[in-house]
Formats: sequence, structure tokens, C-alpha cells
Amino acid sequence: MSAPVTSRTRTAAEVSATPTPPQPVLPTAALALLIGVLCALAAALALRSLHSMLGNPPAAVDAGLVALGAVALLPLVPAGRAFGSARSRSRLLAEGRLAGARHEAASGREHAHTAMGYALAVLLCAALVWFATANDGAISTTFLRWEFLQSSFANVLKAFWINVEVAVGAQVLVLVVGLLVAVMRLLPGRAGRPLRWLAIAYVDTFRAIPSIIVLYLVGFGLKLAQVPLVKDLSPVWLAIIALTLTYSSYVAEVYRAGIESIHPSQWAASRSLGLSYGMTLRTVIVPQAVRRIVPPLLNDFIGLQKDTALIGVMGVTDAFTQARLTASNVFNLTPVIVVAVLFVIITIPQARYVDRLLGKQQSRTGRTT
Amino acid sequence: MTFLQINDVHKRYGEHDVLRGVSLDVAKHEVVCLIGASGSGKSTLLRCINALEPIQQGEIRVDGDVVSGQGVDVNRLRRNVGMVFQSYNLFPHMTVLRNVTLAPVKIGGKSTAAAEEQGLALLDRVGMKDKAGAYPDALSGGQQQRVAIVRALASSPQVLLLDEITAALDPELVGDVLAIVRELAQDGLTMLLATHEMGFAREVASQVCFLHQGRILERGTPAQIFEDPQEDRTRQFLSRVLVAGRL
Repeated sequence: MSAPVTSRTRTAAEVSATPTPPQPVLPTAALALLIGVLCALAAALALRSLHSMLGNPPAAVDAGLVALGAVALLPLVPAGRAFGSARSRSRLLAEGRLAGARHEAASGREHAHTAMGYALAVLLCAALVWFATANDGAISTTFLRWEFLQSSFANVLKAFWINVEVAVGAQVLVLVVGLLVAVMRLLPGRAGRPLRWLAIAYVDTFRAIPSIIVLYLVGFGLKLAQVPLVKDLSPVWLAIIALTLTYSSYVAEVYRAGIESIHPSQWAASRSLGLSYGMTLRTVIVPQAVRRIVPPLLNDFIGLQKDTALIGVMGVTDAFTQARLTASNVFNLTPVIVVAVLFVIITIPQARYVDRLLGKQQSRTGRTT
Repeated sequence: MTFLQINDVHKRYGEHDVLRGVSLDVAKHEVVCLIGASGSGKSTLLRCINALEPIQQGEIRVDGDVVSGQGVDVNRLRRNVGMVFQSYNLFPHMTVLRNVTLAPVKIGGKSTAAAEEQGLALLDRVGMKDKAGAYPDALSGGQQQRVAIVRALASSPQVLLLDEITAALDPELVGDVLAIVRELAQDGLTMLLATHEMGFAREVASQVCFLHQGRILERGTPAQIFEDPQEDRTRQFLSRVLVAGRL
């Protein structure tokens, strides 16, 4: 930004003699009003589309639609206030009350920005409603029909327990295997070199292979090859093994990042007390690392949960497979939406739990970041 | 009666020579102060004595046993050699008391109860007993450093290495920590300390070593070093410290 703001360069004396007046507010206020009106129009169109989809709705629904329309007009309120501030600014400036004018200008801009923010939110909601009701509601009836929701819910929910079983089983194993691989990868010295290489090779391989392929290979390959011990396992266990193979490679890297993020001075302090390498890792480093990696760990766990929707390829009837079967029977995607919603429902509590865990940790250690 | 013997120690980080032939004898109950500019090798020497850094040449003996080089049980060595760091390095996920009792319980084979009793007694001595259940993050720098000293003392080391332990502290907190070190010196604990507190070094040291570019350039009693330095480098260093108001 090297271009001068004003057209002519002012001398130092001029600058100190005339204090900078506040920026004008009127253009911003006008822009806010324009955006607010356009977004309200968009909302009106969307609501009309919704109304025509509903056919001849009862008066209560009509009243609801009118209320929604009123909500869409709300952004115009701060836009109006912005105009008021703009007027006050000019008046105060004319009276020579600079501080007051600056204050009015600032709050006018704030009002204008608020109006724009809310108006854009209205626009996004309107777009969503329009999309769902377009083509006389064909989209919403394809994705969401009450009778199909009712008829498929029980079956899908029952099948969903398989997903939960596989996810929980794999998560427990991943926590252990991931840590072992991470520690292997961090083994020191010449003695640890071959194990380090093995760990690196494992992570490189399994992080690269798509999990659907691992599921497919484990699900059919191990049975086909009549591998002892493994060939008698149930498909659910094979799914757990396959997902553990894939996700341990991710989680190993998360663990490694956590362990390496602990400052070397912690190693020095622990070793100087006479604790061995292993003891230091166990009592000093890993406990601190684990606290740090909880958020990225949750990310990987959510990824794992979602990938349980792939276990259909190895012949397990999970929620998604069940939903697809039902969906193709009734020629409607509502059962699949049910599965999607179930995945969301199990994920949200985990996210909140982690938030609470981190909050507790912060309040204990007194850290604010 | 040499207790700690450092013989022609060389330490290199890649191409960079940090220690170039340091020799130093420390008798029991001696307090040796290492002074010198930043980068002169004071901290590295202390870290080498505790085997936190391997050395490339030379020999270090503690109580007659060689402790440098291959095949040395470093964990046993470290039980006899305590170390306190500039940035305290307390374990943030453990309470003050667990910080102190960790080594006695895990290494010293003490019961938790006995270690806690001893730990509380030591904490009491430095005025930190009421903070035994607190976590390090809740303590001031001076308090953390006092706990760190107690943590090093809890394993009953025969020699204590102190690496610029007041350098990270606010000026008004330095006194509390130095008072503890002074008390330990009076009790006859063998100590090696790298320090920028010249006044303190003058008061507690039985021997002062001036390090310059990885060598001990001059050594002697505090009176010799501070009042009648023989080397130009020592004089320059001390005059700069004097200007900075640290003497």
C-alpha cells in the first residue's frame, strides 16, 4: 500500500493543525441497505417456492411462513441504524465535535457490517430452502419422506450397531498399536535402526492404501488363503483388523508428533534424575504427549468411524449396506439419510467431550491458550 | 581427596568445538563456580559431567569411577550427580510432590510413603511445603526453581550441578533461590555452578574458573579471580560485567 491516500501530499504543519476527520459512513450504510433488500427478496422467492410445494397448507403454516419472511427483514434494522449514525456523524463534524463524530462513524460502520453479515446469512438459508423445494419439492421428497423414514429406521439402526462395534473395537486397538509403532519409530541408536525402518515402512504403506482396498483384501484374502487363526474370525473381526491396520499408521504419526513436541529439556530433566530411556518415555514424555494429541486423535477417530461405512465391501451388512438395500427397494434415498444422521449423532457428543476435557485441562494448569 | 576429576575433555557439535581440553579437579565439599560469556562452554561442561552429552575425547571420573564413554551405567552415575536447569524443567503433568518423589520411588527403590515424607521435609526446608499439591504451572519462576532444587536433592546426590539457575528469574526472585544454594554450600554439598551472579560466586565459591572459547583460561580463589585477574580476557569480561551492574 504505497499509494498515497490523499491526492496531494500534506505538510506536517497542516497535518497537525487539522486532525483527521472520521471516514464517511454513508456509502457503507447504502451498501448494507442494498444487500439487505436483495437478500430479503431472495428469501421471499424461497418462501414462495416453499409455499407452492406445500400446496394448500393450513393457516398456521401460512402464519409461520409470514413470520419467517419477517425474520428475513431483520437485517434492515441495523442498516437503518447505520444511516442514523451517518447523519449524527455529519452533524457532530459540522459542530466541530471530533471525538463524538469518530464515535458515531465507528458505530455506524459496525451497524452496517452487522446488517451485511445477517443479510448474507439470510441469503444462504434462502438458497438452501429454494434448493430443497425446487422442482415442486422433488429434492426433499427424494431425500426425506416420513413414511420411508419410519419403515427403515428400525432396520438401519440395528445394522448401525455393527458399525459401532467395528469402530469401537478398532479404536481401542488403534490406540495401542499406534503408540507401539510410534515408539518403534523413535527408538534411538544403531540397535533401533531396523525396527525404525520397519515402522517407517509400515506407516508409509498403510497410510497410502485406501482403506476400502485394505478392507477388501483383508476381508477376502485372508479367508481365501486359509491363513491359520485368522480364517475362522468373523467378518466383524476382519473389519476391525483391516481398519486397525489403516488407522494405526495415521495415529502412529499423531503420537510421534506429540512425543516430538515435548521439549528436549523434559528428556534432560528426567534422564538427569537417573530415569532410563523407557522410564522417561513412560512416565514423563508419553503422558504429556497424549494430552496434546487428543484433538488430532479425535479427528482420526471420526475418520475411522466414517470408514466403517465401507465394510459392506467385505460382505458385512452394516447400516449403509442395509440402507442401500432398503433404498433400492423403495426407490427413495430416505434410509441413507437416516444413516448419515446416525453418524452425525454419534460424532457430536465426542467432539463436545473432547472440548470439555481440554477445558478441564486448561483450568487445571491455568493456561489460557 | 579429589571427588570429581575432569581430564582433557573435548566436546564437538559437528564442526563446532565447544570444549577444547577442559581439566578440572573438584574435592569433596568444594563449591566451584564457572564464569564466562555465553557460549564459552559452561553449560556444556555441566551437561557432559552428567552424561547428557557424550564427549569425544578425555575422561570424567566421579568418586574414582570413569563415567564417560561407552559401557558406563549412566543411570547409576546420575543417581550420584544431581542437576538443576536454567528453565527449571519441572514435569508439568505432575504435582510438586510427585516431581520430587518420582526418582526416589522409581530409581531409589523407596516406598511412596517414605519418599513423600522425605520430599515434604525437603520442600519444607525451602518454604514450599504448602505447595506440595500444586502443579508447576501455578507457581512463580522462583518457586519452580526451588522445587527443581529439591527434586535434584531428593535422590541424595553427592554432587550437584547448577546450570545458570537464576538466569530465567525476575531479579526480586533471585535472592530466595541463591539463599538455598548458600545454605547447601554451608552444609558441605559438593557443587558445580555455572553462573552470571558474580557477587554470589565471590561469596560462596571455593574455586572460580573463567571459561573462554571452550577452555578454562584462568582459575583460582574468588579473591584471585575477582581482585587480581592475570589474563586480559578475564579482566575484559569482569569489566563488562561491572558495567552491566552485576558485580
